[in-house]
Amino acid sequence: MNTSRFDAVFATLVLGAVILWFAPVGMGRYGTYVLSLWLVTAVAVMGLNLTLGVAGLKSLAQAAFMGIGAYATALLTTKAGIGWFPAFAISGALCFAVGLLLGFPALRVKAHYLAFVTLAFSTLVWLVLRNEQWLTGGVFGLSNIPRPVIFGIKTDNALPFHRFVVVVTLLLALVLWWLVRSPWGRAFLALRENPVRAASLGVNIRAYTLLAFAIGSAYAGFAGALYAPLVEFIDPSPFQLSASFFLLLMVVAGGSGYQLGPFVGALLGVVLPEWLRFTGGLYLIIFAAIVIGLLIACPQGVLGLLERGWAAVRRRPMGSNPPVKETA
Amino acid sequence: MATVLEVEGVRKQFGGITAVDGVSFTVEEGEILGIIGPNGCGKSTLFNCILGQLAPTAGRVRLDGMDVTGMNPEQMNRRGVSRTFQLLQVFPELSVRENLILAGQEHQGTMLSRLFGARDAGLTAAADRMIGFFRLQHLADTRAGGLSYGQQKLLDAAMAFMAGPRLVLLDEPAGGVNLTMLGDLKERLKAMNAEAGATFVVIEHNMDFVMSLCTRVVVMAEGKVLAVGTPAEVRANPAVIEAYLGH
Repeated sequence: MNTSRFDAVFATLVLGAVILWFAPVGMGRYGTYVLSLWLVTAVAVMGLNLTLGVAGLKSLAQAAFMGIGAYATALLTTKAGIGWFPAFAISGALCFAVGLLLGFPALRVKAHYLAFVTLAFSTLVWLVLRNEQWLTGGVFGLSNIPRPVIFGIKTDNALPFHRFVVVVTLLLALVLWWLVRSPWGRAFLALRENPVRAASLGVNIRAYTLLAFAIGSAYAGFAGALYAPLVEFIDPSPFQLSASFFLLLMVVAGGSGYQLGPFVGALLGVVLPEWLRFTGGLYLIIFAAIVIGLLIACPQGVLGLLERGWAAVRRRPMGSNPPVKETA
Repeated sequence: MATVLEVEGVRKQFGGITAVDGVSFTVEEGEILGIIGPNGCGKSTLFNCILGQLAPTAGRVRLDGMDVTGMNPEQMNRRGVSRTFQLLQVFPELSVRENLILAGQEHQGTMLSRLFGARDAGLTAAADRMIGFFRLQHLADTRAGGLSYGQQKLLDAAMAFMAGPRLVLLDEPAGGVNLTMLGDLKERLKAMNAEAGATFVVIEHNMDFVMSLCTRVVVMAEGKVLAVGTPAEVRANPAVIEAYLGH
């Protein structure tokens, strides 16, 4: 494993952020909005990539956690009148805490139990968002969600808000990059690879499972906290179970376990439908065909495909490198 | 010499089947104890009961005089008991070196210090020493899943030694390993026993391997202890000859 302080992933993240800072110039409001939505979605996918791709835990509630983050931020910034930054922190912390609570029963039985628990949780969150009108506004949702003000600079327009999203996404991606390379990241990988062996080496399976799930969920909360001011109006529909499945698909399509995978996956999930818009009603069919074709050709996702190609070019003795080897 | 491990009347029942039936023995500090017996006589089940993978139906397990019956594998490992597995148990997607660092990291500091401390907590040097000891230098950066069966067995054993354990339980270390590698493995285990003073319990089918490695042998049959003694004594025991060494 690469032991240098910085690596290709780090460089790609920083370079990508610089490009995206300038990218929307001349793109217009909608184009800028789509770029921002891509990054916000990537944050949620990053969290799920930690839970599923690195630690091997199956969560079906990532969109529900994103909903908790979005509603918490919306309520805190409109009704409670506190600033975006504390609301952002609270949203993440709330999802982390809920993730811990939800993880406990799932630890009692191994394997697919977490998937069932999160499936039920996803439906529960959606019902609360839709039915508890006094708090969530029900199907009418919450509107007039303010955008943050940073050092007196307003981000009400699309471009400044986009740049704000770029910076926050970069910071969140770098924290995760650091985490996956830390001993915790190694222990998370051990959970995925061989929990029985890990336990026999003193790895605290229970603690690491809870942490991987809770941190992954916190990232959904952060994504929600960015999503609310981006769209400025939220209702329960984007946080349904189907949206959680879609985020799961983005993890796999981008490259499960690869640190840059979430950006590729979210690009496929958010931007590709926009590019296919000219096909009218056919776009969902084409989109589905592309994803199915991709997964047949390369179950390791786009980044797995790139890595295989790269390995073939360099003719290294090791053809298939592991996910989360930082030379992705 | 102090007694490291004391197994007293351990019994394990699965429904109506008694896999381990009142097994007692002790392991003295610094010795290499072999456990032999025909397939299905309860050797691996006994290991799993000692290590907390399974809860024994009855009986006690004591480590350095302390009752550790019913502790889970992770707690046993923290108390200095490590193991290898009968079937391959490495982390295939991690490199050989990362496998070893992982095998040592949970024994250093706390969860928080592991997160904010050094990435390898100084374990890279220890891992490289272990790699050198097991002569895996040329494979240090190879992913473990790409190693041959015998090399993975060596890595599995190396991982068990990473945290400087007091007691190592090896479950069929020689199984499926070719002859050249077998000599290597035996020699490395003997060296580890002599240099690090580690105490071993070895389950094995390979008679030559057990008889030349172990200082004492426990013979099991149908879940019970048939005989205990030095390799020579065991070989001469008529009950053992009839039940196991055979014909």
